[in-house]
Amino acid sequence: MNLNLTLVGQAISFAIFVWFCMKYVWPPVTEAMHARQKKIADGLDAASRATRDLELAREKAGQQLREGKEQAALIIEQANKRANQIVEEAKENARSEGARLLAAAQAEVEQEVNRAKEELRAQVASLALAGAERVLGASIDEKAHAELVEKLAAEL
Amino acid sequence: MAGANPTPSEYIQHHLQNLTFGMHPENGLGFAHGAKEAAEMGFWAIHVDTLGWSIFLGLIFITLFRSAAKKATTGVPGGLQNFVEILVEFVDQSVKDTFHGRSSLIAPLALTIFVWIFLMNLMDLVPVDFLPALFMALGVDYMKVVPTTDVNATLGMSLSVFCLIIFYSIKVKGVGGFVGELTLQPFGKWMMPFNFLLEGVGLIAKPISLALRLFGNLYAGELIFILIAIMPFWVQWALSVPWAIFHILVIVLQAFIFMMLTIVYLSMACEDH
Repeated sequence: MNLNLTLVGQAISFAIFVWFCMKYVWPPVTEAMHARQKKIADGLDAASRATRDLELAREKAGQQLREGKEQAALIIEQANKRANQIVEEAKENARSEGARLLAAAQAEVEQEVNRAKEELRAQVASLALAGAERVLGASIDEKAHAELVEKLAAEL
Repeated sequence: MAGANPTPSEYIQHHLQNLTFGMHPENGLGFAHGAKEAAEMGFWAIHVDTLGWSIFLGLIFITLFRSAAKKATTGVPGGLQNFVEILVEFVDQSVKDTFHGRSSLIAPLALTIFVWIFLMNLMDLVPVDFLPALFMALGVDYMKVVPTTDVNATLGMSLSVFCLIIFYSIKVKGVGGFVGELTLQPFGKWMMPFNFLLEGVGLIAKPISLALRLFGNLYAGELIFILIAIMPFWVQWALSVPWAIFHILVIVLQAFIFMMLTIVYLSMACEDH
């Protein structure tokens, strides 16, 4: 065997064949490979995004829980304060009511005493008058000395 | 060996001759000079080109896939990893669809068969004179670069598959089950010899058809390339290019068929009736 133009002919054929492959065979193959790469990349992206979303959601949930707890604590505190206040108010009311009742009773007692004094005074006046009448006999003009006796009784 | 200006038949014969190494009855150990000497070497000779190219292509396959596997990431795959993943996925899917037993051997075997045969077939697309001319310049007279156009290579692979078929048949069904399968079907035990003949032919036909299908397709394709090569050089492309384009399909298809049939045969071997 020796080298001849056959080799050139095959080289031409091979060049055309390679050109054909580059033009029509290679692109679909590389395209399929790129599509696969893209699919994988998208999948990984989606996965990492989901992980991040989950992280965020967890954080948010934790924050909400914390806020809820804080609010609950606040409400309880307020309630306690209010309860104390009510108790204080009730105590205050009771105390003032007691004082009021005491004062009323005292006033009544005083009034009673005064009335008794008035009565007593009136009786003392007439008693003194009767006494004096007895002492002086009937000589005393009731009308003339009534004023004097009244004055005496008022001094009692 | 062909003369300075080979006739077409000399040219074709030269291209169809493997580089044979063996013990010649007269010339002793060495490379055969022509088909006649190669034939005289008998069975105990080696087609050095077939072995060399198939081993070389096998090493390319191993190196390529190994390097992709070593650099494999769980992230977005790069070019080579992506390519390898596509192939592995494809083969794995084929195996899953067809083979229902459990075996860690089948999928790697199928991948190896597919890629290796594909690479060997791919050598068919290299113009028929390029590598032989190169080796001629290096002083090697004969060089057949497509291992699958050598029936030794295809039959070697199919016989390996045949051994696996028998191994799995006996492993799954036991010796009794395997023998029973060969002798008790399809006509019951009174037709035992006839059954054995029928099933035996069916069994032997598997590796033979596997080997000859691949060999025949690639040999014919190579032969047509050689025939095109003896035409005037300015018209070769008109025939060679369409045939090469058609051959893209053939080489992938033949590799796929060999792989699929291997899986199917092994799947049949593993099935209990």
